[in-house]
Amino acid sequence: MREIALHILDIMQNSVAAGAGRIGVSVTAGNDTGMITAVIDDDGCGMDERTLQEVTDPFTTSRTTRKVGLGIPLLRSSCMRSGGNFSITSQKGHGTKVTASFGKDHIDRPVLGDLAGVVADMSASFPKIDIRLELISGEECFTYSSAEAARILGEVPLSEPAVIEWLKEYISEGIKHIFGGVLDEIAG
Amino acid sequence: MKSLAELEQIRQRTLDQIKMRTNKDGIRIVVGMATCGIAAGARPVMNKLVEEIGKRKLGDVSVSMTGCIGVCKLEPIVEVINADGTKVTYVKMTPEKASRVIAEHIVNGRVCQDLTITAAEEAEK
Repeated sequence: MREIALHILDIMQNSVAAGAGRIGVSVTAGNDTGMITAVIDDDGCGMDERTLQEVTDPFTTSRTTRKVGLGIPLLRSSCMRSGGNFSITSQKGHGTKVTASFGKDHIDRPVLGDLAGVVADMSASFPKIDIRLELISGEECFTYSSAEAARILGEVPLSEPAVIEWLKEYISEGIKHIFGGVLDEIAG
Repeated sequence: MKSLAELEQIRQRTLDQIKMRTNKDGIRIVVGMATCGIAAGARPVMNKLVEEIGKRKLGDVSVSMTGCIGVCKLEPIVEVINADGTKVTYVKMTPEKASRVIAEHIVNGRVCQDLTITAAEEAEK
């Protein structure tokens, strides 16, 4: 995966498979800490202790089409090679939380990528799930909730092309505002 | 800065268009978006599909994501489910091929045979 956004998308698909009604994505980056931290948490079915210990093993998967599951191992190795960390906590019946951090200025860190597109498309594809996004840098914060957008839209679906396009622009603006000048790839 | 309240204007603008659409079920396009699909480049393919549909104002066509479709080596995979329930599976997609599928299959009703899973499997023999 070449972008942090793609890793986030991948982990969000796990939340969808876990039957989540809410998926929260939070990205924090700061010049003070020198790290980018992404947290994906959901209220899905969660995992028991044993499964939780096995998920970073590429030969563990809940899918039935194949015997390998690479989403979590790929994210973990990406964090590790860019001077970050990876952790996953879960409670059976309550949800799962994945925390992935990267050294902000590490040469092997993937770029943030098209996070706006990922969040907008997830909102459109899974209208019954409240997709939330939180971007934090220092004192600045940007928040988005697909449930809130859906409420304003009323009978117009989130999957309407004009809506998706607008959401992408809206979230892109937020990313630029919060991370401009903080992440190398986003101009200040 | 934009504010979410602007969605209210989009709501009013699109509401009339939505009401004008026929009630019959439209075409559904599904993009495989599990680890395999994402790594193979399903995101740019999906972006292109959404862009083309918006540009051509194809009101009865929807695009959404799904998990692993099961043939990971042929990703990115795009399934087109026609209004009558029949399904065409396109494999090894790219944004360029996605534009072709929209123009030939979705707009003109001609399946792009050379991009289907059947063609890919034939080629392997």
